[in-house]
Amino acid sequence: MKVTRKNFLRLLAGSAASAAAAGAGKVVQAIRSSLPAAPRWGMAIDFSKCPKGCDACTKACRLAHNVPQIPDPNHEVKWIWEEPYENVFPSQPAEFGRQDLAGSQLLVLCNHCADPPCTRVCPTQATWKRDDGIVMMDYHRCIGCRYCMAACPYGSRSFNWVDPRPYVETANPQYPTRTKGVVEKCNFCAERLADGLLPACVEACPEKALIFGDLHDENSAVRQALRSRYGVRRQPELGTDPSVFYLV
Amino acid sequence: MRDRFLIFCGLFLFLALFTYPVWHGIAAHTSTRGPELKLPANQTSCVAPLSYMRSAHMQLLIEWRDGAVREHHLRYTAYDGKSYKVSLTNTCLGQCHGSKQQFCDRCHQYAGISTPYCWDCHQDVAPSAANATVASAAGRHP
Amino acid sequence: MYMLDKAITGSRRYWSWMLFLLLLTAVGFGCYCWQLRDGLGITGMSRDVSWGIYVAQFTFFVGIAASAVMVVLPYYLHDVKQFGKITILGEFLAIAAVVMCMLFIFVDMGQPMRVLYVLLYPTLHSMMFWDMLALGGYLVLNAVISAVMLDCEYQHLPPPRWLRPVVLFSIPWAVSIHTVTAFLYNGLPGRSLWLTAILAPRFLASAFASGPALLILLCLLLRHFTTFDAGDEAIRKLGIIVAYAMSVNVFFLLLELFTALYSHVPEHSAPLRYLFFGLEGKHPLVPVMWLSVSMAAAALVALLVPALRKNRRILALASVLVFGSLWLEKGMSLIVAGFVPSPLNHVTVYTPTAPELAIVVGVWAIGAFILTVFYKIAISVRALD
Repeated sequence: MKVTRKNFLRLLAGSAASAAAAGAGKVVQAIRSSLPAAPRWGMAIDFSKCPKGCDACTKACRLAHNVPQIPDPNHEVKWIWEEPYENVFPSQPAEFGRQDLAGSQLLVLCNHCADPPCTRVCPTQATWKRDDGIVMMDYHRCIGCRYCMAACPYGSRSFNWVDPRPYVETANPQYPTRTKGVVEKCNFCAERLADGLLPACVEACPEKALIFGDLHDENSAVRQALRSRYGVRRQPELGTDPSVFYLV
Repeated sequence: MRDRFLIFCGLFLFLALFTYPVWHGIAAHTSTRGPELKLPANQTSCVAPLSYMRSAHMQLLIEWRDGAVREHHLRYTAYDGKSYKVSLTNTCLGQCHGSKQQFCDRCHQYAGISTPYCWDCHQDVAPSAANATVASAAGRHP
Repeated sequence: MYMLDKAITGSRRYWSWMLFLLLLTAVGFGCYCWQLRDGLGITGMSRDVSWGIYVAQFTFFVGIAASAVMVVLPYYLHDVKQFGKITILGEFLAIAAVVMCMLFIFVDMGQPMRVLYVLLYPTLHSMMFWDMLALGGYLVLNAVISAVMLDCEYQHLPPPRWLRPVVLFSIPWAVSIHTVTAFLYNGLPGRSLWLTAILAPRFLASAFASGPALLILLCLLLRHFTTFDAGDEAIRKLGIIVAYAMSVNVFFLLLELFTALYSHVPEHSAPLRYLFFGLEGKHPLVPVMWLSVSMAAAALVALLVPALRKNRRILALASVLVFGSLWLEKGMSLIVAGFVPSPLNHVTVYTPTAPELAIVVGVWAIGAFILTVFYKIAISVRALD
């Protein structure tokens, strides 16, 4: 081929394209091989197993984290609690379906979304998503603007409208309380996970209705549960990619 | 000098206000000897040299705070190689200093610097050994 | 700054007014100390309705601040000479409004001592960070513009040449402050009342109606109480601006109602049904919304019929109706209703408490105080001619 300017430029473009493709391939390969050693913590809730009137998980969480019990429902602070099925899945009415669903109580908690709107809006990064999927709170950084509460589509967050200490019945001396003016929510027991323990609610459940584990690990308890039963998530169409599944 | 009386009253008032810290000190029975700290009973070395702790323990606490909460650094290796769990209540109080009132407050009150609002959230009661076993079932804070 | 002495000489009526405002401020400040001590629980906000009248008033007054552009733009870009006397009034109103906005945010914080963390730990993906920058920048812009303009008037000099590009820059900036405030709300996936692209245009339209309406009322008040006369032409033109902006605003509201009520999608229509008809037997905002709608309708009739709009008293009444209607809609209803029903489908009623209202009135009083000081200076400077 005659070495004209046109041919030279063609040669350059061709080799640049193939180099880019090879490079891109290498980059993809690098990404693939460096994929999570970090887990993605998730939970499956088999709510049909929840005994009526049982609040073992709520109690365990409250005791472990000094969650206050505030009598005024407007100022409530709650990390994991029960809500009627119709409130949790309003777009999936149960009237024509299984009778055990209608009126049943479901546990709700922070979904530790993979794409959380709350961390997107926090102006001080007082809440952020850790590598292991847990949406963390830093009570030292929180300015109490409650923007995260407005952003959460699940109502998982509580604000300390008053000083919570008078309302903490039994203080766990090894965990802090919070003070008035900061937002709090379930943290998937990050401090227990650091010690290799399961979350307090999972451990306390008498019926083993809460299944916790690493969603990235195919052999984890939660993945096995999700393979055997269909797990629905709250409002998945919002794009938040929640990590809490309800086993139907 | 018609105003002699007023002037002297004013001077007296000014001197009284100006020497107020002296009055306050005498009334509060603070001594020049210095604060009497209750040192840790069962620990001989600190997480950092004494001179550093005296001048910059607040710095260390902030590093511990941000490291533990935000970076997940839950253990601290001291200058002498010992490893400590990062926790204000469990390690600073529980493992070593025991009582906020008998240690921290002594110097802070003597120097007239109020302790920061850490204690609005962090509990200033050192967890006892009995509490430790109960609490481990419910969960531990790193 | 040497013009501030103009603000400390005044008639008995002036001083009574200032003292009254200081009294309201003191009461508000006392209630704020109460709130600092006991927490935001002394307000009517709750776990479900976590933003209330503080944030609602902030939203409304950002609109008032942005509306200065409605006198600046015609004068500087289109040479509408009649607005020459009142651009300074608009700019001072913007400063007072921005200060009120910042105060409303400050009193809403759970940990106000940490509020500067927003600047210390800048978070580029948070709209609240950009809102703080936008409002701060707008405050500085307007402070510089109005200080330089007034100073030049005082010295009988033409304004420096660099001022014009700064003023022109404040025009898109004014639009941006209210757009970024709308962005606070309309990017949240869980709040269907706000998750609409038309929120920002709605905010701007209501701002450009309520701001000039307030300016008309201020001009009429100044004409009545002081030697300052904005001129019939300026007031007439402001009335036309209010007419257009209010029409657009009402049109946008009708568009929202159609989308929600025709589509029958429950999440879209539930908050609007709560506002206009009530939900689960709870209807605290229903009288507020219908009052706002009736005031808006009456205002539109008065504004769109030229014979009515040309009548000064009717224009004043229409301005009161516009301002009131939009204050009820944006400053009371829109923010609160975004939280109803809650994400878990509960209907929680929000009623502001007495200390909360006292703090709100205190912030208004501070804004009015600042505005009075500035207007007094401006009028005194002009009266020297």
